[in-house]
Amino acid sequence: MSVQDTDIPAARPVDWRDPRILARIRRRHARDGWLKAAGLVALLIAFALLAILVGSLVYRGHSAFTQTMVTLQVHVDPKKVKPERLRRGKYDDMVEAALLSHFPEVRSRADRRKLTKILSKGARLALRDRVTADPALIGQTVTISVPVSDPFDQLNKGLIGRSTPEERRIVDDRAIAWFDRLAEKGLISRPFNTALFLEADSRFPELAGLAGAIRGSAYALLVCFLISFPVGIAAAIYLEEFAPRNRFVDIVEVNINNLAAVPSVVFGLLALAVFLGWFGLPRSAPLVGGMTLALMTLPTIIIATRAAVKAVPPSIREAALGIGASETQVVFSHVLPLAMPGILTGTIIGLAQALGETAPLLLIGMNAFITEPPGGVLDPATALPTQIYIWADSPERGFVSRTAAAICVLLLFLVTMNALAVILRRRFERRW
Amino acid sequence: MTMLQPDEAETETEAPTAELKMTARDVDVFYGTNHAIKSISVDIPDKTVTAFIGPSGCGKTTFLRCLNRMNDTIRNCRVTGEIRLDGEDIYGRDIDPVQLRARVGMVFQKPNPFPKSIYDNVAYGPRIHGLAGTRAELDEIVERALTRAALWQEVRDRLDAPGTGLSGGQQQRLCIARAIATAPEVLLMDEPCSALDLIATAQIEELIDELRESYSVVIVTHSMQQAARVSQKTAFFHLGVLVEYGETSRMFTNPSDQRTQDYITGRFG
Ligand SMILES: Nc1ncnc2c1ncn2[C@@H]1O[C@H](COP(=O)(O)OP(=O)(O)O)[C@@H](O)[C@H]1O
Ligand SMILES: [Mg+2]
Repeated sequence: MSVQDTDIPAARPVDWRDPRILARIRRRHARDGWLKAAGLVALLIAFALLAILVGSLVYRGHSAFTQTMVTLQVHVDPKKVKPERLRRGKYDDMVEAALLSHFPEVRSRADRRKLTKILSKGARLALRDRVTADPALIGQTVTISVPVSDPFDQLNKGLIGRSTPEERRIVDDRAIAWFDRLAEKGLISRPFNTALFLEADSRFPELAGLAGAIRGSAYALLVCFLISFPVGIAAAIYLEEFAPRNRFVDIVEVNINNLAAVPSVVFGLLALAVFLGWFGLPRSAPLVGGMTLALMTLPTIIIATRAAVKAVPPSIREAALGIGASETQVVFSHVLPLAMPGILTGTIIGLAQALGETAPLLLIGMNAFITEPPGGVLDPATALPTQIYIWADSPERGFVSRTAAAICVLLLFLVTMNALAVILRRRFERRW
Repeated sequence: MTMLQPDEAETETEAPTAELKMTARDVDVFYGTNHAIKSISVDIPDKTVTAFIGPSGCGKTTFLRCLNRMNDTIRNCRVTGEIRLDGEDIYGRDIDPVQLRARVGMVFQKPNPFPKSIYDNVAYGPRIHGLAGTRAELDEIVERALTRAALWQEVRDRLDAPGTGLSGGQQQRLCIARAIATAPEVLLMDEPCSALDLIATAQIEELIDELRESYSVVIVTHSMQQAARVSQKTAFFHLGVLVEYGETSRMFTNPSDQRTQDYITGRFG
């Protein structure tokens, strides 16, 4: 069709080389440049902050991943341990004797007591476990590495400066000299701190570990998952697929979204009143912790599930209904499997949040001092974040590095979980 | 196209005497307050291809979906009137829509295979309805459905490959195979070729012609040529009303209504 055929006037020709138009294009490009630069700067700031956080944690925490040990030749004296009462032996006497044998010139009682302060209170436990496991050792001499007490651990790691004036140091010059004698003899070693992962909390930093907290967190997360995953999915499926459209359902929807925004401490108070107060569940139990965390994780899972279910194309539902699938079959053999990657991603992110949650656990007493890892969900326990809270509050120097180490461990778990969520999402990208 | 069977030739000339598979009487459909279908009555004969034509938005899909009660799944949709399958009211109390949809199969406008293997796509219907006792029986049903849908030769070596990986035309034939695997009595097809190219369209039309031997086929189509090619009966819809219904050959040569005349000569649509 030619222009002459119509009543529409021909468009005025545009001069694309007009300086005004060129200036305008330059301005637009400049704006693009600014936007990109601003984004880059924001990203750099975020990364710098993250690097500072992680860097300082690793700097402060890395020393806690090793532990100073002293290797001793201990004579297991049959007079001090009876085969029928293995756990009741006088193991501290034996370990101390082994240490003292390196210093024959130290005679006075006061000095000897001071000398044995090099040893951790846990030293006897190492020997006890050894002998209990193998009673045939009674009467023999065993070579055993036992932890040194926190001040000497700090000294060995260089965290207590030798140049500091003596009166401002917790170890005096004489103790340092003794310690150095042991070091000269090659008896001091600094292996990986397995106690950090194998032992529960302790009053003595050199003996304190995260095993109890890790297990407590694992139990709580398990309970949280077992409650929030099925309930969350069921609620979301009902709301998406079956719920009638009425005022009541609208109110439920709005409130689920509100629930996701409620501060966690409020859930803690609720749990304290309901789970402990009315139901009389035990304090500090991972069961209660998990139930409380489930309250917070539920909205996350419901929202993620609804989004994932919504994203399943209606044509798939129609296809299934069209060949005579019942509503249940449509949900279970088509909608849920297709939505599962999204649901799992949401669940893992929800659980990662729950793992780091502290306030509600403090309120239900999961910040108690507990020296045994929990054997079940009803045993008192701590969780990783509450353990960090306890250690951060402890005056002993050894806990400073342990707090940082515990944060590193917690972050490691969080990063692993989030990475898992990303991998899942990648793995099961939309298939339609 | 296959050779015309003697009884098919008869259908073309003596359609009114053909046995009726489905009958609709005074069907009205409302979407909320939108009156989409207005008092439509249609007879759908057995072993015949019936085409629904009409401009877009005139209610072809809506009416088609009444025939297997797919409209039940739309929240604000209300259907009144009477639709019978073999004389039985499909909206009656003792008809289960889930079972009805196995008897009245449906192929959708956009190919919508499940994101599962080709085999599982076809086997899904027989599985949920318990049509196969053994794995061998199921294999046989799948093979037969794929063969009838003219897809077996192309996919026999990759039954485990995902159905979504096929080409558009193959996907639509897979959907047809899936629909006929439950051995339906009526097959509803909603613009099955609208997303396909010419060659795929020709394949599907050929297929429809073969399916007519065993089923009553109802096809919604945008294309008059397609209706003329594949159908024996044609119903022309306009603005929710059934304007004209009759032999395809007569409709296209000698329509009785002016609106039909305008539509098939391309004056609107
Ligand atoms: N799910 C629905 N909800 C509300 N209105 C609908 C829905 N589907 C179709 N309609 C309306 O019903 C009328 C007929 O639509 P449809 O049957 O899809 O027409 P066709 O298939 O002939 O193009 C249209 O006015 C359309 O807007
Ligand atoms: Mg349509």
